Amino acid sequence: MSDTNKVFQDILQMKDIDVMFPGVHALNRCSFTLRNGEIHALVGENGAGKSTLMKVLTGIYTDYEGEIIFNNQTVRFNSVKDAQLKGISIVHQELNLLNHLTVAQNIFIGRESEGFFLNDKIINEKTNELIGQFRINIKPTDKISSLSVGKLQMVEIARAMSYPNTKILILDEPTAALSDKETVELFEKIRELKAKGIAVIFISHRMAELKKIADRITVLRDGEYVGTAEAGSCEIPNIIRMMVGRTILQEPKTASAVLPDAPVVLEARNLVSPVIKDVSFQLRKGEILGFAGLVGAGRTEVMRLIFCADPKASGEVLINGKPVKMKLPQDAVSNGIGYLSEDRKRFGLMLRLSLLDNVILGSIDKLISRGLIRGKKSQEVVNHYISELKIKTPSLRQLVQFLSGGNQQKVVVAKWLLMDTDILIFDEPTRGIDVGAKSEIYDLMNTLAAEGKSIIMISSELSEILRMSDRIIVMSEGRKSGELAISEASQEKIMELATQFIGEAH
Amino acid sequence: MNQPSTIEKVKSYLLGPGLQKVIALSALVVLYVFFGIFGANFFSRDTLVSIFDSSYYTGFIAIGLTFVIITSGIDLSVGTVTVGSALIGGVAYNIWGWPIGLCLILVVLVGILFGFFNGLLIGKLGLPPFIATLGTQFMSLGICSVVAQVQTMRYPNIMDDDGWFKTVFFKTKTGFPMGALWLTLFAVLAIVLLNHTKLGRYTFAIGCNEEAVRLSGIHTKNWKILIYTLSGFFAGLSGIIYAATYSAITPQTGNGLEMYAIAACVIGGTSLSGGVGSLVGTMIGVLVINVLKNGLMSMSLPVQWQQFFIGVVVVAAVLLDIIRVKNAGKVKR
Repeated sequence: MSDTNKVFQDILQMKDIDVMFPGVHALNRCSFTLRNGEIHALVGENGAGKSTLMKVLTGIYTDYEGEIIFNNQTVRFNSVKDAQLKGISIVHQELNLLNHLTVAQNIFIGRESEGFFLNDKIINEKTNELIGQFRINIKPTDKISSLSVGKLQMVEIARAMSYPNTKILILDEPTAALSDKETVELFEKIRELKAKGIAVIFISHRMAELKKIADRITVLRDGEYVGTAEAGSCEIPNIIRMMVGRTILQEPKTASAVLPDAPVVLEARNLVSPVIKDVSFQLRKGEILGFAGLVGAGRTEVMRLIFCADPKASGEVLINGKPVKMKLPQDAVSNGIGYLSEDRKRFGLMLRLSLLDNVILGSIDKLISRGLIRGKKSQEVVNHYISELKIKTPSLRQLVQFLSGGNQQKVVVAKWLLMDTDILIFDEPTRGIDVGAKSEIYDLMNTLAAEGKSIIMISSELSEILRMSDRIIVMSEGRKSGELAISEASQEKIMELATQFIGEAH
Repeated sequence: MNQPSTIEKVKSYLLGPGLQKVIALSALVVLYVFFGIFGANFFSRDTLVSIFDSSYYTGFIAIGLTFVIITSGIDLSVGTVTVGSALIGGVAYNIWGWPIGLCLILVVLVGILFGFFNGLLIGKLGLPPFIATLGTQFMSLGICSVVAQVQTMRYPNIMDDDGWFKTVFFKTKTGFPMGALWLTLFAVLAIVLLNHTKLGRYTFAIGCNEEAVRLSGIHTKNWKILIYTLSGFFAGLSGIIYAATYSAITPQTGNGLEMYAIAACVIGGTSLSGGVGSLVGTMIGVLVINVLKNGLMSMSLPVQWQQFFIGVVVVAAVLLDIIRVKNAGKVKR
């Protein structure tokens, strides 16, 4: 390293890292360089190898070829603890905290005390110091279960920083579950860490925020290194092009094709629940109705009320102009409503069953004769949807857990199409789906709407709302704060409505 | 889509989801041969019949349990319900003087009733299956003994008036094992039920992700009630076979039978975390346990060694399953 380059001294070099899984070349001579005290974004489609590369770096995968140079020394970590003690810590996307323990007990888990007996006082003091450094508004004795997602993220970061040697902090999609306000706070803390000389590796799918926080951006594709760019001077479309190897146009819709007098298929009147305050709206035939708002604004909760997944305190739902009494999800289904949850794995799929079993789950009655499920007929039906929705799978017996996020989403769509529901509620339809598969899901939704299905789409990505919706409803703090025709909508207007009631007393 | 050849399909099945069955079957063969060589007089028709004889009632309750365990539930009451229902039937026969046919129907009804009760506790009231069925285990043990006034109840022996009962449900006069016939018949019916009907499909689905099933518009609560009732039904059938096998039913017994059945399910590859399982595997598991029992007896080892080795086999089976799942995860990332 020459003296002129001192400012940009590399703290970490990963050279020609090669990882083979049986049947998959996960990393193909992949390289990555991290400078001292920089915030470095790592991007790529799902399956590009970001997580694998980080797992090599943090000692989770020990079976790899290639060289890691950390602090000018060749290193090979043999466990997570080894990496942590030498100065590399990771905060995983799925937070790993123990709900029934306190903040301090979580931060010092595995390092409680020197002797046999516990001393909560010492770890509480140490935790207080850490919390003080980060100016987080919590107490060491708070139970984890009482904290918001944003706070939990801070606890995780505090835990990572509680290792005295920490030089590199890896954050894997830290903002995925955060509201915009929490994201801003998180970014402040990250910049503070940077000022202290900590190098941060930041994995995210959200392009816009990368430009705000990162110094440099490295792109991976199919397990290979594609390139590194200065965040300040690069353009987002260029980054996306590097990620997918092609350009994707994201043009907002300008006018709605749905006539203003199209029949109303679904109407919600004065819905109320503990978190929802008097929400009413109409959905017209063939329309895509966007639900915008910040995370936690109550959009999912409204849809769960309509779908009867949760009980409502009061309010009325009308289908095709007639009030209907619905108590259970099966009532909603028989009235033609389908709900595609934001959390596919928890609420939408049976991961350990086959694609076929997942698709036919709700429609077995149609495939039965004399009490037995017709195998041939089921296969025909499912094959039809595989080709119709372009689901990529080796066979219809493939377990759903081995499909990619985009294809899993298509399996859920196929399930609801087979159940013949006319009203489809898509809750964050492209969450966790890579850029290429996103546009396929968009095309699919447009086709469905054109065929006469009526769609409600909840999305936290403004570009997605503006690209897909015919009409937009904005929610804030459990209330409907506004309604916009697509022709008059803009990012600014939506954000204004989305933050309308924030800070008001409840 | 390119279609894989039949050989490839069979190969991928045997190394994937079918592996546990292959291993269980090999274990069965290995054990059988082992005891044939080292045990006294093991390769004989008598021993074979004796292996079957001790398999029937475990077999019946293991069928019902397989359904329950696939839903990621458990039914700890099947052992005491087996004996309890046989006891009530015996009361009807010995004390109330009912005709034997009616008594047998009562045995099955008692089983169904306890199963339905479990179903209500778990499906309707949301009790954890372990707790609900543990409660039912004690309740059935107690109430059935009370009804029987803690007296041993006798079923007709082969020379008695209603001796046909024994020849139909246990063994013909020529020594043909009728119990095996009934078990096979019901196992085949249950296999069709599990693999080709709505009930079976929902059983797997609920075990994988109950909330996803509910949100697909399926009344999961009612299906769970039905599945526990089915388990009770099989415990009732087991009660009939138990009565036919032993003729004398002692009150306050039967707890512990369910443990052999659970072990059989696990050996056959049914996962206690739900969503995975097969009845063919369970039947192999039942045979493994009973070959082990009879084999150790033929080596004239004390009876406690049976328990020890059944434990070893259960732990080994689960360990193999864990390794298999781990490897499957590795291949596909």
